[in-house]
Amino acid sequence: MSDAARSIALTVNGEAISVAPGTTVAAAVLTAGAPTRRSITGEPRGPLCGMGICFECRVIIDGVPHQRSCQILCAPGMSVSTEGLLTP
Amino acid sequence: MTDSFDILVVGAGPTGIAAAVSAAAAGKRVGLVDDNPVAGGQIWRSGGELPRDAHRSMASLEASRVVRLQGWRVFDAPHPGVLHAERGDGECAELGYKSLILATGARERFLPFPGWTLPNVMGAGGLDALVRGGVPVANKRVVVAGTGPLLLAVAAHLTHHGARVVAVCEQAPWPRLLRFGAHLLAEPSKLRQGAEYRMAIRGARYRTKCWIAAAHGRDRLESVTLRQGHRQWNVPCDFVGCGFHLVPNVELPALLGCRIDNGCVSVDETMQTSLPGVYCAGEPTGIGGVDLATLEGQIAGLAATGHQDEARRLARRRSGKLGFVRALDQAFALDPHLRALPSADTPVCRCEDVRLVALHGHTNWRDAKLQTRCGMGPCQGRVCGPAAAFLFRWRVESVRPPIFPALVSSLGSACESGAAHPNSAPQGAFPTFAKETL
Amino acid sequence: MNSGCDVIVIGAGIVGAACARECARRGLQTVVVDEAGPGGGATAAGMGHIVVMDDSRAQLALTGYSQRLWRELAAELPAETEFEMCGTLWVASDEEEMDEVLRKQGVYASAGVRAEVLSGSALAEAEPHLRRPLSGALLVPTDAVLYPPSAAAFLLRHAVRAGARFQSSRKVVSAAQGRVRLDDGTELRAPRIVNACGAESVRLLPELPIRPRKGHLVITDRYPGFVRHQLVELGYLKSAHSVSADSVAFNVQPRQTGQLLIGSSREYGAETTGVNYALLAKMIDRAQQYLPGIGSMQAIRVWTGFRAATPDKLPLIGPWPGDDSLFLATGHEGLGITTSLATAKLLVGTMLGEKTEIDAEPYRPDRFAHSGEAGSGAAQAQVPAHSVEGSHV
Repeated sequence: MSDAARSIALTVNGEAISVAPGTTVAAAVLTAGAPTRRSITGEPRGPLCGMGICFECRVIIDGVPHQRSCQILCAPGMSVSTEGLLTP
Repeated sequence: MTDSFDILVVGAGPTGIAAAVSAAAAGKRVGLVDDNPVAGGQIWRSGGELPRDAHRSMASLEASRVVRLQGWRVFDAPHPGVLHAERGDGECAELGYKSLILATGARERFLPFPGWTLPNVMGAGGLDALVRGGVPVANKRVVVAGTGPLLLAVAAHLTHHGARVVAVCEQAPWPRLLRFGAHLLAEPSKLRQGAEYRMAIRGARYRTKCWIAAAHGRDRLESVTLRQGHRQWNVPCDFVGCGFHLVPNVELPALLGCRIDNGCVSVDETMQTSLPGVYCAGEPTGIGGVDLATLEGQIAGLAATGHQDEARRLARRRSGKLGFVRALDQAFALDPHLRALPSADTPVCRCEDVRLVALHGHTNWRDAKLQTRCGMGPCQGRVCGPAAAFLFRWRVESVRPPIFPALVSSLGSACESGAAHPNSAPQGAFPTFAKETL
Repeated sequence: MNSGCDVIVIGAGIVGAACARECARRGLQTVVVDEAGPGGGATAAGMGHIVVMDDSRAQLALTGYSQRLWRELAAELPAETEFEMCGTLWVASDEEEMDEVLRKQGVYASAGVRAEVLSGSALAEAEPHLRRPLSGALLVPTDAVLYPPSAAAFLLRHAVRAGARFQSSRKVVSAAQGRVRLDDGTELRAPRIVNACGAESVRLLPELPIRPRKGHLVITDRYPGFVRHQLVELGYLKSAHSVSADSVAFNVQPRQTGQLLIGSSREYGAETTGVNYALLAKMIDRAQQYLPGIGSMQAIRVWTGFRAATPDKLPLIGPWPGDDSLFLATGHEGLGITTSLATAKLLVGTMLGEKTEIDAEPYRPDRFAHSGEAGSGAAQAQVPAHSVEGSHV
């Protein structure tokens, strides 16, 4: 476990979590046990490719939807949401 | 933002790094653009052990004068000599170049099977990448499956991270793998690496002619059904890493108009494509592994900077390695039984939830796409295209801009300043991007 | 080779499919031929907007009639056609445009089309993401949107169910005097041939007064609820009206998926299906002026397509002079989806010598033969090769 002072605090679906620096948002969502998105017929989905081409890892970050979480590093104070769809 | 380079390299995996370093050594103004937060591509992802070669290459890159555009995604090639790219924060850039080196790498091939869309069913490289990005797998049960040399490497790496790899299922049969192994005798370092991987996975059974018939679970993966010949059995697990070898990323070369044969970019011995001044190196020219790819990057860097003789000299070394491309292709060819795995309601297009049954009755990719919207989602057919090509034996082509989703504003005049001519921009006249640290 | 049929329809885009369905339902033995499957060409590329337009009385009559036919058909349309009667909002950005809104309301009323004037604040409430202030809008609640390739496939399926035969993946090499020759050497014969090939019609009939008019579209990722109606600026009419200049106009459609379709552009003389980036940028800039938030949406794909434009912006529906067997159902410019059903009714009514629900005279192809405008066909551009690829796919 990394030094608490260096770990990054963010929220996933309102729940506060703490991750090591260099952790992707996709990893944070998986750690929180949530699917990253719901398919258009409502099925739960998670990341598939890990490299930004499958688009299954899309989440809402700080109110902006359709963010590819496997290619985004967690930043302090980030608010990540996997439910609902906010408009820009 | 606008910037202009003598040589622009797209992709900062091993190939792109080799090309950029090689071109910069010739004293040209070189830009290296890559969409990940950190360089290294897929095979040299940070978050785990990196081979010595990787450290050496990264160090050369750091020591060089290559202008780094890390975190920028190329999405369009609107005019000759110009690429458009976008950063995560929405900034867009117009990048001018005199010569272009495409090192866009490859992605995994995914084939559908019942339950493949459950959370925690991932690609093999995909699971590895996600673990490197911080997904905890310690004490989790993992099934690695699919086909290709990647499986063993992934299994070994996951074991190193504390995962319990309960099975490694390779769909190719033993005799073909042995033949492939024999081919490796010419490359002792590869053999050694293979042996290391094999030992690293310890208790996990490496099964051949074996695949996942179905994944099960309610809201996430809980178990898989494995099939080997007539045998079928259930294996409880927490993660699946399943990928069927690699597919070249040829979208940008195709958009530019480079000739593509059999899904690979056609190049001559100095890695020049059918377009003058546009080079392509590494996996998009044929899946052949990191050593061949790195060599090709060097060749392209030399050729693009006018060092034809040196490029040709290295090209001779390359021709010796090209057999590996064929060997990989043959060893890991897909078993026709895999076509029968998905059931009628298995999604083939994950973006648009188009199930297998909806695709029946169409005779080609274009009509299927038009009528079912399969391939019209944000992945732009990168996942479902290769799957449909295998399942239905369709020719899956057609590239439309943008080659990655981009902001609507990036299609407006924020990015488009008309036909920018790179040669009209004296070096240093435009703000250069800060060198981003790894 | 005698195919024993009454009519051959060339082209299975939405117009050809609608005509085939009407022919088959009226008991005519019908064969439909297309070089691919149903719903290609402009049908695959366009916006799927069912809209009443009043550029001329004849256009108003045709679009009003056809929009009603779509509403009557709506209950039968399958889910994949994504039919939605979301209405159109003609947006006015200043007082002059607001005067135009009022005038338009009167014109629509005279054609029996319900239209409601919205004030600036009512418009803001109806579409919160439009920029403010705007002067107001004309709401046409009975306009609709759908996904054209599925609709064309639906119409064609009905044609087949009513006895029509569909020959897909066959290119027509020539069509005249009751004989249609295909690229595999076979020949179909019928007393009547219908050219419903849209922008490609000139390939079979070079003297047709049809010029390809290129357009661009962008589709975004899903943003449900961002836009609720089809939004069109009044300036769209000026853009569609112009017969020569390249132009853009704000035109955005919400799809049932929550994706937005962003248009529109018009360009003559374009030689390729490639994107015209300068024009695309203008189109996007214009869209951002009306919907500021649209800029931060994800664009998934950009594509082009070719509308079949005629000199008077009215389609060609009816017999072609000089060849008793030849009929036209083409030249619909940006209104092919809307007017496909009415076109089918007028065409078949004319073929069978019946009285049609609206006067078919304004759309008769021979209107050009008299004025000598048919000669302008010689100077027109051919549709760039592979235009069938300029599409959603």
